[in-house]
Amino acid sequence: MILQGENILKQYQHNGGLINALDSVSFSVKKGDFVTVTGPSGSGKSTLLLSLFGLIRLTSGNIIFDGKRIDNINDRKLTEIRKKSVGYILQSFALIPYLTTIQNVMIPLALEKVPKKEQYKRASEILDYVGLADRTDHLPRELSVGQQQRVAIARSIVHRPQIIMADEPTGNLDPALSLEILEFLRKINQENKITIIMVTHSPVAAGYGTMKLHLNEGKIVNS
Amino acid sequence: MTISKLVLIELWKRKSQLITGLLAITLGIAVIVAIQSVSVVSEQNVARNLDNLGANILVLPQGASIDNYYTSDIDAPTLPMDYVERILTSTIAGVDNMSPKLTRRVKVNGQSIVLTGILPKSEIASKPLWQSSGLVGAEVKAACAPTESVNKSHGMEDEKLKRKAIDTLLSNDCIAGSQVARLLKLSANSQVTIMGKEFKVVKVLPETGTVDDDRIFANLKDVQHLLGIENQVSAIEIMGCCNAISEGLLSKLRNILPDTRVTTIGQIVSTQIETNQLMKKVTLVMLIIIFFVGGISIGNYIWANVNERKREIGILRMMGAERRTIYKMFLLKALILGVAGGILGFLIGTLAGVILGPYLAGIIVKPVYIYLLWSILLSVAISLAGSLFPTYLAAKFDPHSNLQED
Repeated sequence: MILQGENILKQYQHNGGLINALDSVSFSVKKGDFVTVTGPSGSGKSTLLLSLFGLIRLTSGNIIFDGKRIDNINDRKLTEIRKKSVGYILQSFALIPYLTTIQNVMIPLALEKVPKKEQYKRASEILDYVGLADRTDHLPRELSVGQQQRVAIARSIVHRPQIIMADEPTGNLDPALSLEILEFLRKINQENKITIIMVTHSPVAAGYGTMKLHLNEGKIVNS
Repeated sequence: MTISKLVLIELWKRKSQLITGLLAITLGIAVIVAIQSVSVVSEQNVARNLDNLGANILVLPQGASIDNYYTSDIDAPTLPMDYVERILTSTIAGVDNMSPKLTRRVKVNGQSIVLTGILPKSEIASKPLWQSSGLVGAEVKAACAPTESVNKSHGMEDEKLKRKAIDTLLSNDCIAGSQVARLLKLSANSQVTIMGKEFKVVKVLPETGTVDDDRIFANLKDVQHLLGIENQVSAIEIMGCCNAISEGLLSKLRNILPDTRVTTIGQIVSTQIETNQLMKKVTLVMLIIIFFVGGISIGNYIWANVNERKREIGILRMMGAERRTIYKMFLLKALILGVAGGILGFLIGTLAGVILGPYLAGIIVKPVYIYLLWSILLSVAISLAGSLFPTYLAAKFDPHSNLQED
């Protein structure tokens, strides 16, 4: 197993009371799985995705990544795990607006202090892989939304992570572009054996999962 | 790509914000540099005036008036020569040189002249006219005088006119003031008899427009012996450090010489000291203002920048940027702003001093290059101090809430 969740509970204070955003959530993900997480708005999908590697701290429960518990480790160690082993793709692409395509892709490598030449080489290869070799010096605003999401995908895999966390990656795209991106994610999953956990509203996107979790009111109701 | 490069790119892409962020600190540094540049020239003026005056403090016997000093009456009171030693052995700082003098009005060839006994080694002969007559000897070290390098950088007109002491004045030698020489028809190497003793005139001073013109200077020991006033002097002229005078040198001298009258010579010196003190106070006030205004301005700019980049901070934290990376990003930016503000402030301030100095203060101001270093250091310190708190808050941001700001 690459990732396991055991009895995950996340509570929020709201108007003096407690709300269970995640309630007794347990799951196991094998290396190379393409996991889709579906459910209505407010069901806790994004909370689950962001809590798995410490971007949101749990109220209780265990998370085991690569054989080690990570829910109880400090912020610095969690940051280190995110830096080396996790790639994120967000609905809004989350690109840095004043950096060019290749500079955006090089950020995870810069954080890992990879030498500049190596950064450039790897970022160029990945941009070629996602079909943006001719857009390396473009700013995000000079790219189409589909291209921007491909830059985000390139950035999420450039440092060769073990797992990709995708939060509604096709949420801002039209159906044709959505399919293009989903096919791409599948390609990455199959060719590079990178585990993907993808939160989505779309039944079409959910169909790409090899493992499917359905959340409702913070609980897994179907898997 | 490095974090430093990311900072530089961000700065470059948001130039308009950079300019507004820089404005306050640049102008603040510019004002300080301009005041200091004018101030340093003014201090040199003080030093130059001290050079011209020779001495700026007079120690007179109790009960003696300044008139006594100038008219040299026959019964004018005297003070013991030992007082020189008393000052020398005290711990008072700021006394650069002392010249004890015994002065009496005497008749020579039927003419009334003033005979002044001086100690050759310590007599101050800094006046340009004295020096032009060739009376130069060992340099007298002046604690408060501007350093040679500062002088040079400002191209002081009288750069070479440092304080000098008359090297030797032999027992039978004397120096004649211009008026006396005219009156007694004296010239270099001529002889003059004073109270029955033969003196050789080694030098006739050019006209100075001061009491020196009416005097004949001879060796103090000779004059004391001649007048029968052994080990007594009429006055001790002191070359005191101008800053030390303003910091209470006179009262310190009065403490160790209680039965004397200690006073300053030359209103111009005290006026200039007051001006310099005022400039120092203005600089200090400006420094405090710029520290707060500049610091708040930069802090405000960084805080606005932090807020504008909350999402970016969230993205970076999500990708594995540590808190210290966020610190580095914003403090590096503050450092760059500080360096730029320091350099620009120095340039604008120096330019303002050079252009406005002659109009406002009637002095020629030239760039003081060491201020570039101080400007940068000050600007960087203000910039970093102002940025610390916003940077601390930026690093503490919860990445998750910033990511959800879409």
